[in-house]
Amino acid sequence: MTRTGLFSTIPEDHREQLMALSREVSFPVGTRIFEEGSKADRFWVIHTGSVSLDLHVPGRQAAVVETIGSGELLGWSWVCPPRQWHLGAEAITPVRAWEFESQAVLDLCTRDPALDHALLTYVVGVIGHRLRSARTRLLDLYGPYGSGEPR
Amino acid sequence: MATAPTTTRDLGSADCVLDREGLDALVQALRARGRTVVGPTARDGAIVLAELESAAELPYGWGVELEGGHYRVVRREDEAAFAHSAGPQSWKNFLLPERVRQWTADRGPDGEMTVRAERHDPASYAFLGVRPCDLRAIAIQDQVLLGGRHRDDAYGARRTGAFLIAVECVEPGATCFCVSMGTGPAAGPGYDIALTEVLDDAGHRFLARAGTPEGAEVLAGLPQRPADAVTRTAAHEAVEAAAGRMGRTMPSVDLRALLADTLDAERWNDVAARCLTCGNCTMACPTCFCTTTEDVTDLTGDHAERWSRWDSCYDLDFSHLHGGPVRSSGRSRYRQWLTHKLGTWHDQFGSSGCVGCGRCIVWCPVAIDITEEAHALHQEALSKGGPS
Amino acid sequence: MTAVPLPYRVVDTRPETADTVTIRLEPVHETLPSFAPGQFAMVYAFGVGEIPVSVAGILPDGGLLHTIRGVGAVSGALYALRPGATVGMRGPFGTSWDLPLAAGDDLLVVAGGIGLAPLRPLVLAALAAPQAHGRLNVLVGARSPEDLLYRDELDGWARPYRGVAVDRPSAGWKGRVGVVTTLLDEAPFTPAETTAFVCGPEVMIRATARELLHRGVRPDRVLVSLERNMRCATAHCGHCQLGPLLLCRDGPVVGYDRAEPLLAVREL
Repeated sequence: MTRTGLFSTIPEDHREQLMALSREVSFPVGTRIFEEGSKADRFWVIHTGSVSLDLHVPGRQAAVVETIGSGELLGWSWVCPPRQWHLGAEAITPVRAWEFESQAVLDLCTRDPALDHALLTYVVGVIGHRLRSARTRLLDLYGPYGSGEPR
Repeated sequence: MATAPTTTRDLGSADCVLDREGLDALVQALRARGRTVVGPTARDGAIVLAELESAAELPYGWGVELEGGHYRVVRREDEAAFAHSAGPQSWKNFLLPERVRQWTADRGPDGEMTVRAERHDPASYAFLGVRPCDLRAIAIQDQVLLGGRHRDDAYGARRTGAFLIAVECVEPGATCFCVSMGTGPAAGPGYDIALTEVLDDAGHRFLARAGTPEGAEVLAGLPQRPADAVTRTAAHEAVEAAAGRMGRTMPSVDLRALLADTLDAERWNDVAARCLTCGNCTMACPTCFCTTTEDVTDLTGDHAERWSRWDSCYDLDFSHLHGGPVRSSGRSRYRQWLTHKLGTWHDQFGSSGCVGCGRCIVWCPVAIDITEEAHALHQEALSKGGPS
Repeated sequence: MTAVPLPYRVVDTRPETADTVTIRLEPVHETLPSFAPGQFAMVYAFGVGEIPVSVAGILPDGGLLHTIRGVGAVSGALYALRPGATVGMRGPFGTSWDLPLAAGDDLLVVAGGIGLAPLRPLVLAALAAPQAHGRLNVLVGARSPEDLLYRDELDGWARPYRGVAVDRPSAGWKGRVGVVTTLLDEAPFTPAETTAFVCGPEVMIRATARELLHRGVRPDRVLVSLERNMRCATAHCGHCQLGPLLLCRDGPVVGYDRAEPLLAVREL
């Protein structure tokens, strides 16, 4: 797995504990994995394929704001209330992934603070990375004048 | 670049003594050789550099009073010709003029472009009265404009034709610090002839020595007498004494390291609050070489010219990139100038960019003093436990 | 060659995007010395001015490709040129992408926006000598699928990996949406034995280099192409200073070991 993936940043014994809670799933192209506003009660680590995250804009096709690829975490809204998806997710290629029931994981974390800490550190890293990406793209750096105004 | 020797030595010829008539003969001899003689002369309340028709135009009896933001010519009690220190101009005004056409281009009826290089046919200059600091400044500009992979041929043509007559400093100004920069008051290498002015009971005379074969040849043709021990001693002592009378000093530390380590210093805010970013220091500085380009066309649109003209790192447009200037604050522009001059010049061109002439202090409208700023940065670094 | 421009004729123009064109230039008479990937020319639009443009293609017959985005006075004039027009050319200037440095290494070419143009001749050179190095990865970030350069060539560059990430997808876009560094997870490379070549907006360069260093690529093996105001290109005008560097001479390609501390200082 890649250096930034779940399996490299969580200590091995914890990783094994977590993996015991997972099951392998696959999504054909076009599968709506979850929808904005629905209950966020699971998450996935993508093994192969990619998933788009989108927002529904009336009168427009789904607006894709980011794609998630192999080794990456899909879904973090389960971590904290209101535990509803902020975005929708769709398989844009055939996807194979490990699926986790978030309640089972949260229960495990309650019993094991070290695991809780490791997992949270990982998830915060993922969120931070996506926040940085979003901010970078907000600058529209590839626009005609970089991030500045024309003179 | 090697530091300037504190004692002078020559390959050319034995030293000799010229009197005022000899100096006049020197100007005439250079003019007879087809050279445009440029030297100091009193004009418009300043000692300026201008073409001289005779040595009589030298500022005999004039001195200068210098301070931060202050320049006055003053009458002296004696008739010394070179008892003034750096004036508003430097030799770059002649070697690297403010505006130079680089090439012209024409577009034919078929749209074809032809480009014509500018012919470099400059005056053959003789510079009389090059102070040791300015002699070094010329060497520094040589390194920038001729010493790299690409040569500035226009500068090269003006420079290689120029005959340099250095005059050692015996009367440093209040803003001078050539000793700190290792550039004076004795003349370092690079001159064709070096003079030291001596004015005492034995008369007004100039100890002269040649630095090049051409210098020796010119000297040999002048009315002169062999150097005597009294004149030699007087000249030597006057230069030695001048070294002890510098009006300013730089902190005696590795300035390159100091500037590299103080990019975040508080002091930059302090100086930025005073600096007007007018660029006077860059215009007066004898080593500041920055230029920009201008492209112009005539009314037909089929004749175009490329000019270069002096630019200043204080100009907002200087660092313009896409949307705006990289260095938009006055703080960053003053810092750019000072760190370049004292620090990164070493990385770029192998020496300091400062020769200690003090022009930037004198011609700053708000009297910002490069030595004071360097001392303040040094003190701030010390107080933060940084390198000394 | 370096002081006075030589006339070059525009022999072909190929639109890349709505505001970007690739022009092919051939010498009218004399030819400039040969360019290396990463180096740049000063391109003069008659009567308007001159801008630095990296070479996007080095042709065996002395011809050059330049990809130009028409956003300023000079670049706008160059963008509008039609075949038959002449421009003035000076060069070659600056440092090049040091492909020999990467001998035996995996190659990681990371481009953002128009930053792909200076990397194109490097990719072609790497493709032409596959034995000289390990895996070639080409990672491209673009504003939208419509803003991608060299679209018909990109697919041929996957030796083995070529990824594109866009900021804003358009209808039918099946590729990645996100910053270019998200592609690093997909690219097969061994960080300790990788040389990276990065070109794009400075923010993108910093973010990419930081990520590469985090993954274990050596700072001196992350080569970045930097940009500052440039007037003369011959190290005589002082405009392109970045601290101790004169980017027309010591750049535009600089190792990140040297670039990082300089880019960290604001308004340097």
